[in-house]
Amino acid sequence: MDFQTLLILAQDAVTNSAIYALLALSLILVFGVTRVIFVAQGEFVSYGALTLASLQMGVMPGTVWLLLMLAGIAAVMETFRLLTSGAGQELPRSLATVLVPPLVIAGLVKVCTPLHLPLGWQVLLTMLIVMPMGPLLYRVAFRPLADATVLVLLIAAVAVHFVLVGLGLLFFGAEGVRTPPFSDAQFQFGFLSVSGQSLWVYVASSVFIALLAWFFNKTLYGKALRAVAFNRNGARLVGISPHLAGTFSFALASAIGCLSGVLIGPVTTLYYDSGFLIGLKGFVGAIVGGMASYPLAAFGALIVGFSESFSSFWLSGYKDVVVFTMIIPVLLWRSLSTVHYEEEE
Amino acid sequence: MIRRFGYMLFLLLLLIIPMFPSFYLTMGSYIGLYSIVAIGLVLLTGVAGLTSFGQAAFMGLGAYTSAVLTTHLAWSPWLALFVAIALTVTVAFILGAITLRMGGHYLPLATIAWGISLYFLFGTIPILGGSNGISDIQALRLFGMELTDEKIFYYLIWGVCLVALWISTNLLDSREGRAIRALKGGVSMVEAFGASGLRLKNVVFIYSAVLACLAGWLYAHMQRFVNPSPFGLNQGIEFLFMITIGGAFSFWGAITGATVITLLKTVLQGILPKLISQSGNFEIIVFGIMIVVVLQWMRGGIWAFVERLLPQKAARPVARSSDLDMRIQPMKGTPLLKVTDVTKAYGGLIAVKGMNFDISSGEIVGLIGPNGAGKSTMFNLISGEVPHTAGDITFGNHIISGLRPPRIAKLGLSRTFQHVRLIPGMSTIENVMIGAYLRTHDGIFSAGLSLNRASDERVRAEAARQLRRVGLEGSMFDPAGSLSLGNQRVVEIARALCADPLLLLLDEPAAGLRHLEKKELANLLSDLRKEGLSVLIVEHDMDFLMNLVDRFVVMEFGEKLAEGLPQEIRSNPAVLEAYLGGV
Repeated sequence: MDFQTLLILAQDAVTNSAIYALLALSLILVFGVTRVIFVAQGEFVSYGALTLASLQMGVMPGTVWLLLMLAGIAAVMETFRLLTSGAGQELPRSLATVLVPPLVIAGLVKVCTPLHLPLGWQVLLTMLIVMPMGPLLYRVAFRPLADATVLVLLIAAVAVHFVLVGLGLLFFGAEGVRTPPFSDAQFQFGFLSVSGQSLWVYVASSVFIALLAWFFNKTLYGKALRAVAFNRNGARLVGISPHLAGTFSFALASAIGCLSGVLIGPVTTLYYDSGFLIGLKGFVGAIVGGMASYPLAAFGALIVGFSESFSSFWLSGYKDVVVFTMIIPVLLWRSLSTVHYEEEE
Repeated sequence: MIRRFGYMLFLLLLLIIPMFPSFYLTMGSYIGLYSIVAIGLVLLTGVAGLTSFGQAAFMGLGAYTSAVLTTHLAWSPWLALFVAIALTVTVAFILGAITLRMGGHYLPLATIAWGISLYFLFGTIPILGGSNGISDIQALRLFGMELTDEKIFYYLIWGVCLVALWISTNLLDSREGRAIRALKGGVSMVEAFGASGLRLKNVVFIYSAVLACLAGWLYAHMQRFVNPSPFGLNQGIEFLFMITIGGAFSFWGAITGATVITLLKTVLQGILPKLISQSGNFEIIVFGIMIVVVLQWMRGGIWAFVERLLPQKAARPVARSSDLDMRIQPMKGTPLLKVTDVTKAYGGLIAVKGMNFDISSGEIVGLIGPNGAGKSTMFNLISGEVPHTAGDITFGNHIISGLRPPRIAKLGLSRTFQHVRLIPGMSTIENVMIGAYLRTHDGIFSAGLSLNRASDERVRAEAARQLRRVGLEGSMFDPAGSLSLGNQRVVEIARALCADPLLLLLDEPAAGLRHLEKKELANLLSDLRKEGLSVLIVEHDMDFLMNLVDRFVVMEFGEKLAEGLPQEIRSNPAVLEAYLGGV
């Protein structure tokens, strides 16, 4: 392998790692806050790219219908919960929070779709469509199971993954898409030629990670979320609502997923079911971080990105085998290096 | 009666299905195959609280091993089966050994990764035929006859399935099985009675993997063709859905779920693409929604409903007397337990500091002290649940500090838990039988083949004897979770006694008991002392202890504050100070 190839592979690895790192961070956050191992996170990646592609073609994306459906189900569940618990007076407010934003977004999309807005606005619309799905999914699928074991929550997450993949096929068909790049520029650094889109990925994910770091370390709400992730009961005792924290962590998950999809949409062809594997690779990164440490998870994502990129060069057919088998030595190392306490569930 | 009728109906249905058109026969064969996998998964998930998304991958391992060996090397399928099982056991052992020590969610995550890797391997390795797979696999031969007839194969599959059902049911009704059923509540209880939680988890995982491998082997020789697609992660997920919908707590739930999902899938695959006028496996949308609904509204699955309609199973009668070997209690006054300079530090916090005391045979010692004095930590140091930092604990002639709880249990130390650790859904007598784990030695195989009946009956009789002794024989067959909290504590004592200990460690046994019940408990403990048993009690209730114990050890701030006879302690100024503040 010459130096040129090495650089290209490394560049590829860093691009992918940035995405995996974003996904790993949100997986850890969601797991910490809600104990949900959110395997369906990757579906937001495909939804992001495919929704953007639909908007590009001037077609109303099917995800809007999913958004409205979820809002409808959430509204019914919320009505049922409030009426049976005798808190009917909260109903109007609660229904308004569940129903109004999705309806407004759907209306907006309806108006904007035929206008062929510039790419930036379409990305914004895509985010508006996909991001509310996270909290709504939390409300519909996970919140009623808040007291369940990690195992039950995992099964629910896998079920949600099935639903989202099936719907993805329904909405977008089996065709893959590649969205237009944010920038066509090519930069030359000595040997290295970097595409504008790759730069976008680096910058956007770095900015996002920096924002997250700021949010979790400097703001009261971010600290409260970390408190929930650290100790749910303790946080509840000091007045932090676990449901609110759960809603927020799922909003972050869908936002990060969608952003990742929009960012890599121009780099790789994405199908309705591509997101799952991408999400799982983020997972491998998160597992390297022990599902708890953010910096370690980002480091894990780098390892995943590099082994993927280099194994695709040497052992092209075995790329995914290498990435997913890597989890075994990682788990072995974790199993031997950490002390394990009895889990009581 | 109704149950027996149900079994007959089920068997009859199985028998007559081949008389229907071949479509039903094929469905029946698939349901049988999936049931085999699902039965293993019920044991793993519903019973032991672990889970795997990799069962389809194990199935694939069985199918592909046999496919390669019988086509490329022309081996006999029966020989290939052995290799397939050996391979499966190895893989499952490695995966289990790596992940089972860690939190419960690492196993499913590892099995997801393993499922994906193996799926891609099947599709990439040239000798496995890539995505085209391997065709012309040998037919099975039995007694010189080729099993190519679909009907015969159907009976073969269901024969295997029924045997798996029988073995699995037997397994749960055995000493290892009861310990496996306890795993969900954490391993510390079974470890306190001498079982290794890690080993049991490994056994269950391997067992379920082997069942999946067996189903895969049958599949390969039924289809005479394999390709990667039926062994992907989605199929692994569908197995988990089967038991979730059917009911993860019963093997019948596994069969129900396999039936429902298989039939529904066929129906939906027929209807949905037409409805949507687009091809694709849209049934996964329906399955996903069903699972979320089932998890939210009927966590026990379909079978939980059926079980509620069926009459209670009649309890097997219990033999009057038990002739299990008993330990000979040492002479009264022989030194039994010696705690020397024992310290436990959690980082900078010293919970127990330089404790010294001992217990002689036939003595009841009360370990008391204000809240946070370190009593429970001291208790857990003796039982081995918490590793010590410094010092020595000797029990008889053995140094037990540094040993794991199962080893300590083997030496004759038995305990109760401050937070009751019974298995709520299991009958009281079965809970107590767990105590006798170390007194019989039937392994997994003899249990599966039901060769453990005689010794298990003796354990049952012994458990009944202990329950009679503590006055709970009336609740013997009730689920332990239905008893009052006070009585559950007493069941814990019966379970500890069932281990036939030399030293009994009781952690707040009187909490939650009414006045009369406390009196009965005190009488029971006095009787036990007469029989030569030694007891260490951690307790708050001074009235209860004052007339019972021979000696007190008082702790405060992790250190020994005083030690002596009850009347001395009652008037000890330092103790009064600690309990009542400066009066």
